[in-house]
Amino acid sequence: MVNSQESKRAQSAIADPAAGQTAVVSLRDVTKSYPNGLLALGPLSLSITRGEFVSLLGPSGCGKSTALRLIAGLTAPSSGRVELSTPAKRQIGQGVGFVFQEPTLMPWASVRDNVGLPLKLGHVPATEAHPRIEASLRQVGLAEFAEAFPRELSGGMKMRVSLARALVTDPDILLMDEPFAALDEITRFQLNNDLLTLWRTLRKTIIFVTHSVFESVYLSQRILMMTPRPGRIGASFDIATSAPRTEDFRTSAEYVAFCRQVSAALLPRERP
Amino acid sequence: MTSESSPDPIHPLANSTPGPEGASRWPQILMPAVVLVAGLLLWEWVIRVNQIQPYVLPAPSAVLQTLLTDWPVLWPSLVTTLLTTLEGFITAAFGGIGLALLFHQSRWVEYSLFPYAVVLQVTPVIAIAPLLLIYLPQETAVIVCAWIVGFFPVLSNTTLGLNSVDRNLGGLFRLYGASRLQTLRYLELPAALPFILGGLRIAGGLSLIGAVVAEIAAGTAGAGSGLAYRIAESGYRLNIPRMFAALLLLSAAGIVIHAVLALASHLMLRRWHESALARED
Repeated sequence: MVNSQESKRAQSAIADPAAGQTAVVSLRDVTKSYPNGLLALGPLSLSITRGEFVSLLGPSGCGKSTALRLIAGLTAPSSGRVELSTPAKRQIGQGVGFVFQEPTLMPWASVRDNVGLPLKLGHVPATEAHPRIEASLRQVGLAEFAEAFPRELSGGMKMRVSLARALVTDPDILLMDEPFAALDEITRFQLNNDLLTLWRTLRKTIIFVTHSVFESVYLSQRILMMTPRPGRIGASFDIATSAPRTEDFRTSAEYVAFCRQVSAALLPRERP
Repeated sequence: MTSESSPDPIHPLANSTPGPEGASRWPQILMPAVVLVAGLLLWEWVIRVNQIQPYVLPAPSAVLQTLLTDWPVLWPSLVTTLLTTLEGFITAAFGGIGLALLFHQSRWVEYSLFPYAVVLQVTPVIAIAPLLLIYLPQETAVIVCAWIVGFFPVLSNTTLGLNSVDRNLGGLFRLYGASRLQTLRYLELPAALPFILGGLRIAGGLSLIGAVVAEIAAGTAGAGSGLAYRIAESGYRLNIPRMFAALLLLSAAGIVIHAVLALASHLMLRRWHESALARED
């Protein structure tokens, strides 16, 4: 299953905006300027294929979070076009789920109400929403915590709630903005593995913003490396491996080689 | 290490038995009570030893006795003052929250009206009260006084609360296409609730002050019957024990108002807000 996924990726992983039909997200010459006119991002062009797991990797301040917010429609580009091709039937959030760096939960609402928020805002009737919330909580392993309040959960569990909320609308595209950056390493590894399992079973397109070379190599099929401001795509790496992404992969020579390759490309650019 | 200290993430407070905390709470109740009793005994003793007349300074026992004997007069006055306070508080609550919501909807309304809300707040109410009594029927004037002192903390706190919404949560609501009303109901109002409740707690005490101020201002004009009017009236008649008895009731009313609002606030926030959690620990 993993192998077929990998081979499919190999055909369409080129960062070419003209790649066309299977692109689920495409940015064309997108720029974003600060209010003072200074260019923060771009021109940025990228194309992401349905079902792909892509990491946006770059130093802090390079605009990778801005790129993600542009894709989500949370902020408008100064110029250029952002196109999403998601099935029209999914109106809630236009087929996009977003996970912030912070869990961003409503402290006054239970886990169930937090996860159910997108459905409530989308006027999904309670009888239909309830099983979807339960299913979403099961996917992240929090089925027994539906009645808990956010403050009663650990950082990792809050992040899972945030993930469950993003998944509850069954989005085609999952946008994640350094979601595990604030977690301890053990929790982060666990969530990395759980995310990969979810990606394999749910076949979502995932765009994952991170500043960790190791995390991006471990998780993604393709890494788009962004340059310091103004953020552009500086390099693209295919993490073409047939090895299953498990804890063994973390210690494999192949993984280390990929990390070295990506780091080598990253480091010179961090110097002013 | 942290996992050892909190084995049950669902009910972290469940296993915090009232043992040590319960024991340490007793002095907090006991010590003020001891001071109260000692102060009253000292007061009583000073009066008896020096044979001070009640119209100079009544003994606590005399005040208590007056409270009981004058109860038929004082009780209706207490009810009157409490009703005025309540009406002032309710209008302050609705007025303050309503104005804040209006300001939140439109910058122009906020720019146009906010300075006048500040003017109302900073002008001493005791100076406004006589004017209000000229232009308004007395019952209305008293309520308006209570409203003027009460609404500003509600307004400013609610405004602060509505502007304190987590930006990312706001973004999430936009992502899921929330309407203006949905954002208000499911995000902004709950986020502002701790602030609103804080404003209401201040407004509760202030409404009582506003009612008292208005009653005292109205006192000379006649027709009043609230507790503050009783104090003013008893003052003219040199009925000092009754002044003390009425003051005692006013003070008790203030304490009860504060306690009720604090309790309501605690009950509404206890499941999620830090302020309520700190008290449980």
